[in-house]
Amino acid sequence: MSEELLKVLKAAGLDVLSCMQCGTCTGSCPSGRHTGLNTRRILRDARKNRAAVLSDDALWLCTTCYTCQERCPRDIPITDALLELRRLAIKEGFMLPEHRKISQMILECGHAVPLDEETKQKREELGLDPIPETVQKYPEALQEVRNLLKACKFNELVAEK
Amino acid sequence: MEKLSLFLGCIVPNRYPGIENATKLCLQKLNIDASDLPGASCCPAPGVFKSFDKAAWLALASRNIVLSERLERDILTICNGCYGSLADANLELKNDPELRACTNTCLKEIGMEFRGTAEVRHIVEFLYKELGPEKVRGYITIPLDLKVALHYGCHLIKPSRDRKLGETEAPVFFDKLVETTGAKSIDYTDKMMCCGAGGGVRSGHAPESLEMLEHKLACIRQAGVDCIVNACPFCHLQFDRGQLSVNERFETDYSIPVLHYSQLLGLALGFSPYELGIEQNAVQNIEFLAKIYEISAGLR
Repeated sequence: MSEELLKVLKAAGLDVLSCMQCGTCTGSCPSGRHTGLNTRRILRDARKNRAAVLSDDALWLCTTCYTCQERCPRDIPITDALLELRRLAIKEGFMLPEHRKISQMILECGHAVPLDEETKQKREELGLDPIPETVQKYPEALQEVRNLLKACKFNELVAEK
Repeated sequence: MEKLSLFLGCIVPNRYPGIENATKLCLQKLNIDASDLPGASCCPAPGVFKSFDKAAWLALASRNIVLSERLERDILTICNGCYGSLADANLELKNDPELRACTNTCLKEIGMEFRGTAEVRHIVEFLYKELGPEKVRGYITIPLDLKVALHYGCHLIKPSRDRKLGETEAPVFFDKLVETTGAKSIDYTDKMMCCGAGGGVRSGHAPESLEMLEHKLACIRQAGVDCIVNACPFCHLQFDRGQLSVNERFETDYSIPVLHYSQLLGLALGFSPYELGIEQNAVQNIEFLAKIYEISAGLR
């Protein structure tokens, strides 16, 4: 039994034990229609086998659309639970390389999607300043973002292990 | 607060500046006081950063909120992702003193403090609640003879527990705003379905993300519309750039134009497709461009 996992979920107000395995979540899932994501099974595994559920790549096929959560007849905040599982998975070191790259990007430039030359030109065509009024324009703001993420040890969390 | 600060996020200023320009032009025309928010960062993106680490997600989101608190302005978002991230963080920090103390410890490192004095708004719910469709209609100078497939996007309305914008299976408030422009919102199969981009799926699992998108596009094409309208630049990017990837992957020939609500409203307020950046999209549908140029020149 994965007592620690259940403890974390319960502390977050997510009582997955109240799940009756009806399958409304899986039946409503836009991702599950096309992918290997089976939300009902994830909830079941969450109360059974910690290692399997955290290393399950299907956790990362959820688009966080919240349809399962809206429709759950037991009012289990399923999407919130799934996000909690994802954070545990990250702590255990399960992180997709693409997601590590996005994390490095935010540490580097304060944006998940940084400015590129093509967009600078498009901005000028519209009469906008080529550099937007964001962290990209203000070096001291970027330093703030970096210091803040460092204070949360985010850089350590997402560093190549 | 009647004063707002415009939160740009990442995709609007860095990929679709037309949406930025369209929003600014519309806000000005509607006499809405929205300033810049200098130094703002990524919200940070809810699907990924909220999935990675709650402390870092809250810290970065709260920094953006504090920037607006300092201006004594509420935040106006033009992206469902930014809205989701900032509104969720704001709500959690306002309601949970322990979480707030923890986040403020991090913020102290950069000389900031979250006070909880600002609200987070989304342009669609703001226009609907604060102006209302009738008042918006009063500003329209060029009624649009267009049939549109409206895509609400997930985080505008869900989780309904926190958004409080009504039920989520068949909402109508956004359709009403769309129809103030003269356009007709056409119902289609799986209208409320996700575009497939969120939650880090587009970046982490691109083929699966495109499969979801292809389903959505097929449903939209069947409805026979002129264009797709959204309220989220990430959905916008998925529909626009993703359409080209879908065509490549599935050997399809989709060419459905994609407009953010600010761009649709901008057309109806009399701005040209050029200044709204509609021509900068990846999907280049000449027929549609000709149609909206004719509409805006008063030729149809």
